[in-house]
Amino acid sequence: MAKLSHEKIEKNSILLLVLILVVVSIGGLVEIVPLFWMKSSIEKVEGMRPYTPLELMGRDIYIREGCYVCHSQMIRSLRSEVDRYGHYSLAAESMYDHPFQWGSKRTGPDLARVGGKYSDEWHRLHLADPRSVVPESVMPGYPFLAETPLDARHIRERLEADRAVGVPYSEEMIAHADEDLRAQLAPGGDTDGLIARYGDKVQVRDFDGNPKMVSELDALIAYLQMLGTLVDTKSFKANEQDNDR
Amino acid sequence: MTMNEATPRTQGLNASAMGVIAAFVAGAFWSLYTAIHAYDAPMRFHALLFTAFFVIGIAQVAAFRPPADRSQYNVKIVKYGVVASVFWGIAAFLVGVLIAFQLAFPALNFDTSFLNFGRLRPLHTSAAIFAFGGNVLIATSFWVVQRTSRARLAGEIAPWFVFWGYNLFIVIAGTGYLMGVTQSKEYAEPEWYADLWLTIVWVVYLLVFLGTLARRREPHIYVANWFYLAFIVTIAMLHLGNNVALPVSLFSSKSVIAYAGAQDALIQWWYGHNAVGFFLTAGFLGIMYYFVPKRAERPVYSYRLSIIHFWALIFLYIWAGPHHLHYTALPMWAQTLGATFSVMLWMPSWGGMLNGLLTLKGAWDKLRTDPVIRMLVVSVAFYGMSTFEGPVMSMHWVNGLSHYTDWTIGHVHSGALGWVGFVSFGALYCLAPWVFRRKQLYSLVLVEWHFWIATLGILLYITAMWVSGIMQGLMWRSYDALGFLEYSFAETVVRMHPYYVIRATGGVLFLIGALIMAWNIYMTARGRVRSGEPEVLAAPAGMAI
Repeated sequence: MAKLSHEKIEKNSILLLVLILVVVSIGGLVEIVPLFWMKSSIEKVEGMRPYTPLELMGRDIYIREGCYVCHSQMIRSLRSEVDRYGHYSLAAESMYDHPFQWGSKRTGPDLARVGGKYSDEWHRLHLADPRSVVPESVMPGYPFLAETPLDARHIRERLEADRAVGVPYSEEMIAHADEDLRAQLAPGGDTDGLIARYGDKVQVRDFDGNPKMVSELDALIAYLQMLGTLVDTKSFKANEQDNDR
Repeated sequence: MTMNEATPRTQGLNASAMGVIAAFVAGAFWSLYTAIHAYDAPMRFHALLFTAFFVIGIAQVAAFRPPADRSQYNVKIVKYGVVASVFWGIAAFLVGVLIAFQLAFPALNFDTSFLNFGRLRPLHTSAAIFAFGGNVLIATSFWVVQRTSRARLAGEIAPWFVFWGYNLFIVIAGTGYLMGVTQSKEYAEPEWYADLWLTIVWVVYLLVFLGTLARRREPHIYVANWFYLAFIVTIAMLHLGNNVALPVSLFSSKSVIAYAGAQDALIQWWYGHNAVGFFLTAGFLGIMYYFVPKRAERPVYSYRLSIIHFWALIFLYIWAGPHHLHYTALPMWAQTLGATFSVMLWMPSWGGMLNGLLTLKGAWDKLRTDPVIRMLVVSVAFYGMSTFEGPVMSMHWVNGLSHYTDWTIGHVHSGALGWVGFVSFGALYCLAPWVFRRKQLYSLVLVEWHFWIATLGILLYITAMWVSGIMQGLMWRSYDALGFLEYSFAETVVRMHPYYVIRATGGVLFLIGALIMAWNIYMTARGRVRSGEPEVLAAPAGMAI
């Protein structure tokens, strides 16, 4: 019977094409579509906010250099991971990540909660020459980051693009993107606007230790130092019905 | 063919050439405009590359004269594909060797931006999968669809557009990585404009393939073509689904992906796993279904098995993606579905393997005498091995250990080097005398050397990665007597060093094998036969349809 009915298919290229399309569509539809409308896909948490302009620029550098190739940002719900890296990652924590940075390989350690674990000074040394602080490391050095001025000419358009795909940047955030970027690097300056827009947890300081220049290193460290710091995981109730996944 | 039939056809071609030229002129102006207004240096460079492509393309199309005699197969396009495959293969393996040594000796990153591991790794994976694998697939599919349909390839300009357009995509992607242009979606790193370009090329590829099937003189579409068709169609679907992105500006090389977080992760691995399933499996199964029976001079073992395994394989594969996201923030129901279907996938995979292997029934002696068929058969054996290992690794309790470690890298390479590499080499060795119209390969003895050196390389590679992966996974979860984690992360890194050296050595061997192949094919093209070689006839002599 199989032979009889299959003959039709293998004598008609368009029928074959259509059947292939139908057969390969099913799995993806069943798995992917519900993720968009099931409320439980993303947990209810407090503290999530869009990246500040400086952090977003840092994230773009993180992507540009391919950091995700060796570092995950996804702590799995396994005891040894939670003991090593902290509370397991929540879907909500990457809800504004276009694209996601969960990674697939740990040639280096997970970075989902690296924010605040090391000093800025440590990051500066480590990024310039990883083996100066971790002798066993096989990470490449990125000394050029400190010397490269940050190209933030198009920061507004960058934020607008994120807003268009669903990140809740307000009109005000976009209008003040330039000054917010600079404000985050200038302790003692006028940071009221920045804090009003992004909250008082925003870390304000000169991340690369060089007040003369807004460098790529400034942006990257600002990003690394905020990773995993937004959501208070202690207040997360895993067993609440909203979070039952 | 009567004159009445011939005349409109010629006119049609002229009209289509004019159409192509018009599109290229528009493309040249647009890309030049983009180059002038580009936001960043990579965009400017790529826009200029596009301009050059269009300008050269205009000249080429204007000068293009289709062969008067269309009763012959289009062999030239396959010849170009063979050369491109060898070239990109060596490039991919070379970059692979470099980054393998970078992991063992980090000084080899040279503290630069464009040569660091983070930028070179996508260059390696894309060169291997899309440049090498893609050119092999385009070349073999163009050969197979003509031969099994007994029809000349559809279109005269279109196949060349596919070939050069695809290779332009490769160059855009590769140079982009070196300049830091990436979407960071694994195996889908090229930015929005490269994605759009690939979409155009791919649609033309599909049309050429379908057009050739449409003019076939065989009532049945041969099984290899089912696999090629599934590969082309599904890759189109995955590519479009995964790369929905909004450019920051039409003049910027940067874009943002439409999806976020968990949704983006699932869509990425729906794509990523099926790049394996449809690019690296279905496409290369097409190669297996043509070249193994051809070289063994035996029919495919079971027609019925090929039907069952085809439909089961393409149906089940699509579900397997979530096994890349076990224990993550992806909802558990999706993980479970992914794992379940991954385990089921073992069956059609082995159905295909058995169909390939048993095709040698009655011709097993050729394994001793013909190193090309041995390469093809060993590739199918590696396919069987990795498609068993895959389902094992997709189960939660194994994945908990293997994920994030080198075990995954080893698994990928038993598939990539053993299956995709060897089946490609086997096909290239078959094709070389055919497309260069030579009686036989320059040397089967050199194929023998290639086979053994590369096999040794693969074994070193995957065993080293098994040991280092499982060891690191165990160290990460190891607790001391007081209930504390026993090892710091850095302590686990130190222990990887010897295995990274062994792996890189394996890679060097694999590269040496490919260089031997390049020499062998080059000498074949020149029409040489190494002295002392036994005389063998390499099948299809006739080029007429």
